[in-house]
Amino acid sequence: MNHGTALLWKRRALSSLSATRRGLPKEKMTENGMMSRAKVLTIDTINPTVKKVEYAVRGPIVQRAVELERELSQGMKKPFAEVIKANIGDAHAMGQQPITFFRQVLALCSYPELLSDSTFPEDAKSRACRILQSCGGRSMGAYSASQGIHSVREDVARYIERRDGGVPCDPDDIYLTTGASDGIVTMLKLLVCGEGASRTGVMISIPQYPLYSAALAELGAVQINYYLNEEKCWSLDIPELQRALDEARQYCNPRALCIINPGNPTGQVQSRKCIEDVIRFAAKERLFLMADEVYQDNVYADGCQFHSFKKVLFEMGPEYSDTVELASFHSTSKCYMGECGFRGGYMEIINMDDEVKDQLIKLVSVRLCSPVPGQALMDLVVNPPQPGEPSYDNFIKERTATLSALAEKAKLTEQILNTVEGISCNPVQGAMYSFPRITIPEKAVKEATENGQEPDMFYCMKMLEETGICLVPGSGFGQKDGTYHFRMTILPPPDKLKILLDKVKEFHQRFTQQYS
Amino acid sequence: MSQQAVNGVPCRGKVLTVDNMNPNVKRVEYAVRGPIVQRAVQIEKELREGVKKPFTEVIKANIGDAHAMGQKPITFLRQVLALCSYPELMEDNKFPEDAKKRAQRILGACGGHSIGAYSASQGIECIRQDVARYIEKRDGGIPSNPDNIYLSTGASDAIVTMLKLLVCGEGRDRTGVMISIPQYPLYSAALADLGAVQISYYLDEEKCWSLDVAELRRALNAARQHCNPRVLCIINPGNPTGQVQSRQCIEDVIRFAKEEHLFLMADEVYQDNVYAEGCKFHSFKKVLFEMGPEYSSTVEMASFHSTSKCYMGECGFRGGYMEVINMDPEVKTQLTKLVSVRLCPPVPGQALLDLVVNPPQPDEPSYATFMKERTAVLSALAEKARLTEQIFNAVPGITCNPVQGAMYTFPRITLPQKAIDKAKEEGKVPDMYYCMRLLEEEGICLVPGSGFGQREGTFHFRLVWLPASLLPPVHIQTSKSFNLMRFYVTTLYCLNPDD
Repeated sequence: MNHGTALLWKRRALSSLSATRRGLPKEKMTENGMMSRAKVLTIDTINPTVKKVEYAVRGPIVQRAVELERELSQGMKKPFAEVIKANIGDAHAMGQQPITFFRQVLALCSYPELLSDSTFPEDAKSRACRILQSCGGRSMGAYSASQGIHSVREDVARYIERRDGGVPCDPDDIYLTTGASDGIVTMLKLLVCGEGASRTGVMISIPQYPLYSAALAELGAVQINYYLNEEKCWSLDIPELQRALDEARQYCNPRALCIINPGNPTGQVQSRKCIEDVIRFAAKERLFLMADEVYQDNVYADGCQFHSFKKVLFEMGPEYSDTVELASFHSTSKCYMGECGFRGGYMEIINMDDEVKDQLIKLVSVRLCSPVPGQALMDLVVNPPQPGEPSYDNFIKERTATLSALAEKAKLTEQILNTVEGISCNPVQGAMYSFPRITIPEKAVKEATENGQEPDMFYCMKMLEETGICLVPGSGFGQKDGTYHFRMTILPPPDKLKILLDKVKEFHQRFTQQYS
Repeated sequence: MSQQAVNGVPCRGKVLTVDNMNPNVKRVEYAVRGPIVQRAVQIEKELREGVKKPFTEVIKANIGDAHAMGQKPITFLRQVLALCSYPELMEDNKFPEDAKKRAQRILGACGGHSIGAYSASQGIECIRQDVARYIEKRDGGIPSNPDNIYLSTGASDAIVTMLKLLVCGEGRDRTGVMISIPQYPLYSAALADLGAVQISYYLDEEKCWSLDVAELRRALNAARQHCNPRVLCIINPGNPTGQVQSRQCIEDVIRFAKEEHLFLMADEVYQDNVYAEGCKFHSFKKVLFEMGPEYSSTVEMASFHSTSKCYMGECGFRGGYMEVINMDPEVKTQLTKLVSVRLCPPVPGQALLDLVVNPPQPDEPSYATFMKERTAVLSALAEKARLTEQIFNAVPGITCNPVQGAMYTFPRITLPQKAIDKAKEEGKVPDMYYCMRLLEEEGICLVPGSGFGQREGTFHFRLVWLPASLLPPVHIQTSKSFNLMRFYVTTLYCLNPDD
């Protein structure tokens, strides 16, 4: 057959394909009898895994809160004068002050002409010079190496060594990321493979920080829930890990175990023994360990101490430290810095296969690099003013003030909430949140269900409309069936926090009364 | 699974290996920071350690990183960023009033008046308003709704997010995405990562890399046999080719997208980088709206911009935005939900973008300096573009299309059969072999054309002509130390690998 005939046959074959097969949508008849075409991108044709993604921390209740703020600013009358966004761990938005030293160095890095300005201390200037020297063209505007600025990774490694009592840290195992979220999603992406019953399963706590469930939904991985023990202050229980794992093995291939310590939303600080047990469990069951440690400086309760997974791993000896694959995550968003907007973070990878490491480096190179201001900030966090340096006293003063304010607020929150009948709050051992259990009357549960709402969403929505306080319902984080919670940040200044807590108390009493 | 025993003790394989990791990730390649760059970094390390080389420094002409190559930041932008970082500087009379005003406006829109607070996930509202106004001014008054603006972590972030939304279906119904050959390899990497089908359409090298609708049609029809084509990506001005599409061409593309029911993605990050006489940037949105409601109310489109290129070159800040046009409201809700999971784009980058779209005005104190710096940067770029084209076209075996825009040249190189055979012997793609030789012998790091895509049997490389050391100022062009002449020598050398 000649070329022309072949072409003709092809054209005929193509045109005889249905419109949909040729990629064109069916024509739709509209109300006024006109033919119109559906859009290219509709709810039926978007990525199905995206539809499964939920992120309660900025979900429907927060959207309503933003709407209310708009209405208030337009002069609408409400039972409250302002909306209080106690839904998100955003310290600066709630009045926490940035650390002076950090902001001085960042200003110097942004506009190096300020290096000749005598109002800046010498140690700030020398940090800025060091950072700029490591930047292309001595500018924060240059791309950095995809793994992050080398000297910053060296400083991170030294920080980790100091923190972990000398356990060695290789800068090549450090990846600077766009917040910890970026590193977490990247690691999860690497781990996901398989189909059907061999699809990767990832263990995560209930309750959890919903980045994990969102990422797993998006990646089409299987979420394996293990319950934290509310009766024992949200502690982690190995038999429960075992139960969850054994069950999951029937329908997926469990490969990773995620721990958030200190916990979010629960604030529990795991004991050293617990961390050892988890490591032993991961080694035995061949699980890749992911340790989310972004709240490592936020530890308040007496008798509680932060133990890094890496430190414990190495103290357990080479049988574990040579074999267990671990990724630890940290961020500039929490602790005493609260610099969420800079999107600074890092992950340290232990015992990763060399070929996988090459793949990881390749993967992060596609997005070029994490924001350089965030990398600079991380450098200061891991390399703060030292005793003897001009900024030291002020730095320690500010850091201490922030951390002790948080400790005070943690205590206050637990105290006040526990005076409310129908609210029961575990000690806030660490992090930035309380996750109290609330009793919701049957009548309210019924009304919520009739409205197609989770009962604790129903509760939180009512609280928002009546008091202007925006919290996140426990259903957004996960909880045992039949129990209800909310997550509230401890961040507002103490006097404001007290007013907030009293309002929550009043609301709960009103609500309980209303639905009794 | 247990591996070979070591001294009698069985050792188990790792949990995470190349055999059980995400298979899509394995398919990802990104040549701009690929193997040749890794070798360049190694060589730099060797130089530092005192190893003797035929050169004293490696010139990294592989990546569009203006500041790394000596371009200076715009003073006004950095002043405002410093004020935002450390508001105590508001008392400092070293800073002009307009910089302070901009900083106050930005801080007023931040939680707790701090750039350390998270912003709304779609980006700070007043910045999105400023972006919308910028777009309206740029496009001669065509309205832009701030709610259609999404600030992002560089343009790359938004491009990946849009592609992610668009990918669905299995097997022959899997989403196909049209992208140019040559292309900026973020696209091929993202499509591999998402498991979408890449549909390549060839730009016409003989016609200065122009886009040909007949070629689009050919590619589309061929693709319909094995996937479900839904998206058409255009980079204008182009990367790596630098072509600036004519208005007619843009209209034709829009018409084609409408006919064939494709979602249009217009990557316009080089919109200020236009140099050639007779060339002009026409935004896809502007042309779309000037084509009338039959198109402007139906064609679904996303346009992308960034703070990394143009006259700013602020790559490290990761600032960017996309504008979505005619997006289905339910899809928009999904998009808004998706970006919320990552909380927000970096606030310093958002602040920077605000200044880019809201620069000093004629009546403001910083205006004169701002214009002077902006003009200097853009005219230096134009000069380098012209010079590069001139010099390369004087080298036998190198043909260089006019560099109409962007920051790159993508010349075609003729490699003799001997060189091609040598490359094959070494298991390398011929243009990678050429580029590796250039790196090892002259210390110049480029990216081979195979990293971007090219017609079978042709070879190219992409050179970023930004480096000051590559192209010294005009008055010492004829100096013996003129580095580009090294190309001449090296190319001759490569053409005769036995010499």
